[in-house]
Amino acid sequence: MTCSTKLRRFATALLLPALMGLASPVVAQGTLRVAMTLADIPLTDGAPDQGTEGVRFSGITLYDGLTNWDLTQAERPAELRAGLATEWAPRPDDPTRWIFKLRQGVRFHDGSVMNADAVIFTFERALNSNHPAYDVSARRQLQAFIPAVKAWSKIDEYTIEIETNGIDSQLPFQMTRLFVVSPAHWEAVGRDWNAYRRNPSGTGPWRMDALVPRQRMELVPNREYWDAARRPRLDRLVLLPIPEVSARTAALLSNRVEWAESPSPDSVPRLRQAGFTISTNAIPHMWPYTVSVLPDSPFHDIRVRQAVNLAIDRDGLVQVLNGLAVPSIGNLTPDHPWFGTPSFRPRFDQAEARRLLAAAGYGPNRRLPLKFIISASGSGQMYPLLMNEYVQENLRQVGIDLELQVFEWEALRGRRRDGAQGASNRGVHALNNSWNSMDPYNGLLRFFGPNELPPNGTNWGNIRDEVLEGLAERVKGEFDPQRQAALLAQIHTRFVDQAYFIWVVHDVGPRALSRRVQGHVHAKSWYVDFSPLFLR
Amino acid sequence: MLRYLLRRLAYVAPIAVGVTLIVFLLVHIAPGDPISAILPDDASAEMVAEARREYGLDKPLPVQYGIWLWRAAQGELGTSIRSGRTVASELSMAVGNTFILAVAAGLLACVLGVALGLVAGLARDRIGDHLTSLFTLAGVSLPHYWVAILLVIVFAVENPWLPPLGMGPDSSDGWRPDWAHLQHLILPAIATALIPMAVIARTMRASVIEALDQDFVTTLHAKGLLPGRRLWHVLRNALPTTLAVTGLQLGNMLGGSVLVETVFAWPGTGFLLANAIFQRDLPVLQGTMLVLSLFFVVLNLAVDLLQSWADPRIRRA
Repeated sequence: MTCSTKLRRFATALLLPALMGLASPVVAQGTLRVAMTLADIPLTDGAPDQGTEGVRFSGITLYDGLTNWDLTQAERPAELRAGLATEWAPRPDDPTRWIFKLRQGVRFHDGSVMNADAVIFTFERALNSNHPAYDVSARRQLQAFIPAVKAWSKIDEYTIEIETNGIDSQLPFQMTRLFVVSPAHWEAVGRDWNAYRRNPSGTGPWRMDALVPRQRMELVPNREYWDAARRPRLDRLVLLPIPEVSARTAALLSNRVEWAESPSPDSVPRLRQAGFTISTNAIPHMWPYTVSVLPDSPFHDIRVRQAVNLAIDRDGLVQVLNGLAVPSIGNLTPDHPWFGTPSFRPRFDQAEARRLLAAAGYGPNRRLPLKFIISASGSGQMYPLLMNEYVQENLRQVGIDLELQVFEWEALRGRRRDGAQGASNRGVHALNNSWNSMDPYNGLLRFFGPNELPPNGTNWGNIRDEVLEGLAERVKGEFDPQRQAALLAQIHTRFVDQAYFIWVVHDVGPRALSRRVQGHVHAKSWYVDFSPLFLR
Repeated sequence: MLRYLLRRLAYVAPIAVGVTLIVFLLVHIAPGDPISAILPDDASAEMVAEARREYGLDKPLPVQYGIWLWRAAQGELGTSIRSGRTVASELSMAVGNTFILAVAAGLLACVLGVALGLVAGLARDRIGDHLTSLFTLAGVSLPHYWVAILLVIVFAVENPWLPPLGMGPDSSDGWRPDWAHLQHLILPAIATALIPMAVIARTMRASVIEALDQDFVTTLHAKGLLPGRRLWHVLRNALPTTLAVTGLQLGNMLGGSVLVETVFAWPGTGFLLANAIFQRDLPVLQGTMLVLSLFFVVLNLAVDLLQSWADPRIRRA
């Protein structure tokens, strides 16, 4: 070997690793540990429990729906995108029957093929109590999220038909929750859904590697994921249930986790000072008062509803929360395509609030007594005691004596299911319950009309409005996305103009992140795509 | 002793049945509906009725109690409404985790409590007594969740000497008696031990003082017994009350501390119970409360037997 050859080899040995680092794409970068607010790992069988947080961690990580949410940008509210279905449309001759074309070449984590049989199996398992794979837990978790589904059938290997209960354009939104499970794997684990939960198989970008109930779940990348753009960059994702907020903060500050969900407002300055990023974005989650508009309620009078909306200093409250909320002036944020053009704008104008109250017959000599039921804590309730006491003080300034009746969360949910007209809620004028507003049904349609009265729905306040009900019927029959959005904007405009809620803030889905966390997109959604993340 | 044992065992049976009844009723009179807790917001009335039927909650309460008691007597505690896992598996994991914490905290509380109480009793009304009393007063007065958070801030966040939470290092698949796991035990054990230690110390102090005031100590002194031998007799007399209190404190610790386990994310029975309450997971709630209550009954029996061994007068009474 000549001297020059040796030199060349030596130089190559030195330079090659550096050149590879520059040229190759970023691969397998670190273990991300996430502190969840949950007390246990959500169910991993494609029918996650524990609400949207369950879907965030055990749903869209391990599985795909027929449709998915687009979580790639933070500027606009998340929109629908193709998932395991590539195309979907109602049949022209019968709009109650939808055809879904399935994606080809997708495999479950167990290696079996995703096809029409798997989708049909997923429906049967959740909705057909006579099927051998029927699972009552899946039914509980899924049925309420796919109310439009009436029947399902296979047309060919990669095409299915879904029949809806009447004409319902909302089906594609509902299909984001139908996570397709593997029939072959169910057979392989002995036809046992508990075994499936211990060893799940979906088509999602992550595969489960370890699960210790109440302690942690570890996910590793699905390197064969069908969407190359969503193949995870991390080596491993570790999800830790840490329900106590101070414990999550301590875990972050002591470098036990790199990501903590929902830090407390008090901890924000300390976390920022320690170099952590507090990531926020308005997510479809509102924190309003759902008022009773029954004849014996003061809120039957629109002037009272508007007055209370005008008496609340939302900016001040956001300041108290250290920025962990944004003011809310409707069910949706003003940049939302369904926001519309309401003429009534909830703002902080206590003089106008007093004027409206006076017109309704209330004033210094006849203060308005109100009673709201609230929770001390609970899923999505943000910081209820602090926030309610702040509002109570705001209302006192305009001549309203607000009594807050505090319940434990599940007890409050019980009162919610009773509705304002229920005997248990006699004398109660509003319910403080945060609401998910992710899709047309959850954001708008469920809050009015006779079909949504409790216990069958969430029209707690008994809102009956012919204009809204007529528009809702038209939305269900409108399949063109733009015309559907225009109708939804009309609904929202009417809802705000009638001040059917008292809007306070929108949640911003706060999370505290170590500076090592890169590639994070805080979508305007309840969900997060962990695939583009990597650690510096 | 055998007759005493049989008599105490005969008391246990009605107590256990009473416990099952109280547990069952307590769980069912709490506000909130277990079915609506597991169903989504928009679940229809039919769905709720169906779920109620599936879990047997549509039956009259006495029938539900009878079915539950019959199954519990056969060792079948049911299945968690939320997770689908058996209550037995949920419980065995949680009880094991709490047992580790309770043993560590119990040892700490016993050793420190007895030692401090003894020192305070022997140094009655002197500086050692006052300092010990101040310490034990703080122990019973400070909320232990506050102490737990303080411990985390001082020893895990500001000074990263010990881990702030969890039972072991990342990817640990179970607790093991090595340093990596033991260091996770230190802070929760201190927080858990604080109140029992203070209670034991205060009881021990009072018992030692009471024993020292008795005539037999003067007699022993007059007979020329060495201080060490005298102390043994004092200890023997102070022990029954301290044992009874220690037993109760141990029972409390084995029940798990909701707050300490929550602050340290220690997945024990306190953590399990708290979440079962919040989620209205009736089978888990009933099963956990039943097992813990029966455990308490058995522990009390054990303490009674120990007491009677330490002081035969109890047996005769």
